[in-house]
Amino acid sequence: MKAVYERPRTLRDTPMHYCPGCGHSIIHKLLSQSIDELGIRERTIVVAPVGCSVLIYNYLDCDGSEAAHGRAQAVATGLKRARPECVVVSYQGDGDLAAIGTAETIHAANRGEKFSVIFVNNAIYGMTGGQMAPTTLAGQPTKTTPFGRDPKEIGPPLRMCELLSGLEAPAYIERVSVHDVKNVLRTKKAIKKALKNQIEGAGYSFVEVLSMCPTNWGMTTRQASSWIEENMIPYYPLGVYKDRGKERNAK
Amino acid sequence: MKDPERVVIAKECCKGCELCIDACPRGVLEMSEEINSSGYHYSVFANKKDCNSCTLCAVICPDMCIEVYK
Amino acid sequence: MGEKVLMRGNEALCESAIIAGCRFYFGYPITPQNEVPAYMARRLPEVNGCFLQAESELSAINMVWGASVAGKRVMTSSSSPGISLMQEGISYLAGAELPAVIVNIMRGGPGLGSIGPSQSDYFQATRGGGHGDYRTIVLAPQSVQEIADIMIDAFDLADIYRNPVVVLGDGVIGQMTEPLVLPKPSTRTLPRNDWVLDGASGRDARVVMSLRLSPPGALETHNLHLKEKFCEMERNEVRYEEYELSDAQLVIVAFGTAARVARTCMQKARGLGMKVGLLRPVTLWPFCADALGALAEQRRVKAFLTVEMNLGQMLEDVRLAVLGRKDIFFYGRTGGSVPDEDELFGKITEVFS
Repeated sequence: MKAVYERPRTLRDTPMHYCPGCGHSIIHKLLSQSIDELGIRERTIVVAPVGCSVLIYNYLDCDGSEAAHGRAQAVATGLKRARPECVVVSYQGDGDLAAIGTAETIHAANRGEKFSVIFVNNAIYGMTGGQMAPTTLAGQPTKTTPFGRDPKEIGPPLRMCELLSGLEAPAYIERVSVHDVKNVLRTKKAIKKALKNQIEGAGYSFVEVLSMCPTNWGMTTRQASSWIEENMIPYYPLGVYKDRGKERNAK
Repeated sequence: MKDPERVVIAKECCKGCELCIDACPRGVLEMSEEINSSGYHYSVFANKKDCNSCTLCAVICPDMCIEVYK
Repeated sequence: MGEKVLMRGNEALCESAIIAGCRFYFGYPITPQNEVPAYMARRLPEVNGCFLQAESELSAINMVWGASVAGKRVMTSSSSPGISLMQEGISYLAGAELPAVIVNIMRGGPGLGSIGPSQSDYFQATRGGGHGDYRTIVLAPQSVQEIADIMIDAFDLADIYRNPVVVLGDGVIGQMTEPLVLPKPSTRTLPRNDWVLDGASGRDARVVMSLRLSPPGALETHNLHLKEKFCEMERNEVRYEEYELSDAQLVIVAFGTAARVARTCMQKARGLGMKVGLLRPVTLWPFCADALGALAEQRRVKAFLTVEMNLGQMLEDVRLAVLGRKDIFFYGRTGGSVPDEDELFGKITEVFS
């Protein structure tokens, strides 16, 4: 018999520190597979800012740079401009990308920086133990919204794909999810496309991935998958928000 | 050398999230009674004859514990 | 000797950075250093470099990280409030051992303060500035010629020690136009860049980070390694200039623009028979404590007079060096004001009587 599914070359054979059922590990695997399939491991640099996934550089067998909280896309900007031949991937959580790093995100997108962003939206701060994220849903209880997020007090959750797709410069914006097999396969396609865009010099590519955080949601992994389906996707609709490549082809 | 089974699960790296159980369309996998050294019940390749190596369990597995052969 | 040219401090430092091989500049506008981004925006494209106006100083310093981790010579510049915003990034650069040159053309503070020249970021610059146990080399030029010369050194020192280097000027030095000879590129042998991220091709993957969680004690071990570097800087990089110190009874200690005013007053006092000398620190960190200590030991030296454009910051380092062996006086102006020659001369006369 032949192996039909095995560990991608880029994903190190190291146990990951993530909690059971955490979407980060799935997304790391999809990113690794995409890097392998495109044959770019030896020129990929992953930028890892603060969040649960700051240790991504321990799991991926390619160059990695830390970034301060929220500053991943500033670091990626400097890196990509200094090494245009490299494939630069900014891997960020919701607190990093949509709260403390909102300015960096919007301006990198608006400049059309030629790197790829993977935005993991699990509607909560994982690393610090379950505080409200900019993407925490209305009514969702967290450590800092113990009675549920009240949009009248702190505003409704931020929809980053919608926000960024109002900009002219980005090449590709899509929202996907990893809560079930079908969606994991779609996410893989989106991540691969974001990297391929960069190789082809297409410009800023942004993939938002809805992802489970069973631990901080206080749910079983099964409940967490259903919660994405029933609560997150209605507020954060999946799909392609912008695809300049397609627009060009259609013209 | 004996061919490997269709599904090979590295039980020590399984965190017992059970996502693979839900992903399998043929109910091939089950959770173990025992726990591994990290204290997790782990996924077991149980109903082997029903497996067609579709890989969906491996696709969803967050911890890369599952390899599939055909 | 090269040809003399007439340049403004803010522009001379840019041209010198380009001579030093700097091809990346990230910054954000703030007075009184706006000539720096303007010059770089025009000049860097001519040498296939990259100028980018960031959305904030926060972004700028992290773009600096990006180009630095890619192994390129990179700089940013700002003025006091903007430098405060950059402190997070400077701490990260020091923690991750990344070279970078940061120019601070100081203005009056605290807060938005004024746009007048100042030296009130001395504490911030010489104590690391951001969080954590670290130092940056701080170079303090007093003229357009010197800021140009210092830039060449600053890039070398950043590379040699893999540490951020701060060039601490003030609004006068940035805005002043003076003749200078542009410096030559450095011929120093620099360490190998075996940490640079350029893709793990034919080598193991590399990671550049400041986070050190494991094994237990990893951060302490790393910080002790940093300390060794800082000690080496203290041994090798202390720079200062002496003026008329051989017979001085009063030693003025001043840097940058304040040192120029002090020198004028020193000469005037000497003309009237007062034996005044000047010690001008060029590196504010590492500080010339040994030289000051040696002067404090000399019987002919009666007192020290620290002159600064702040309320007395370097004064603390002078006290630590003199260790109570002699009297220390202070004259300073704050809030964007430059030391007044008559006032300072009055102070010298007062100390002498």
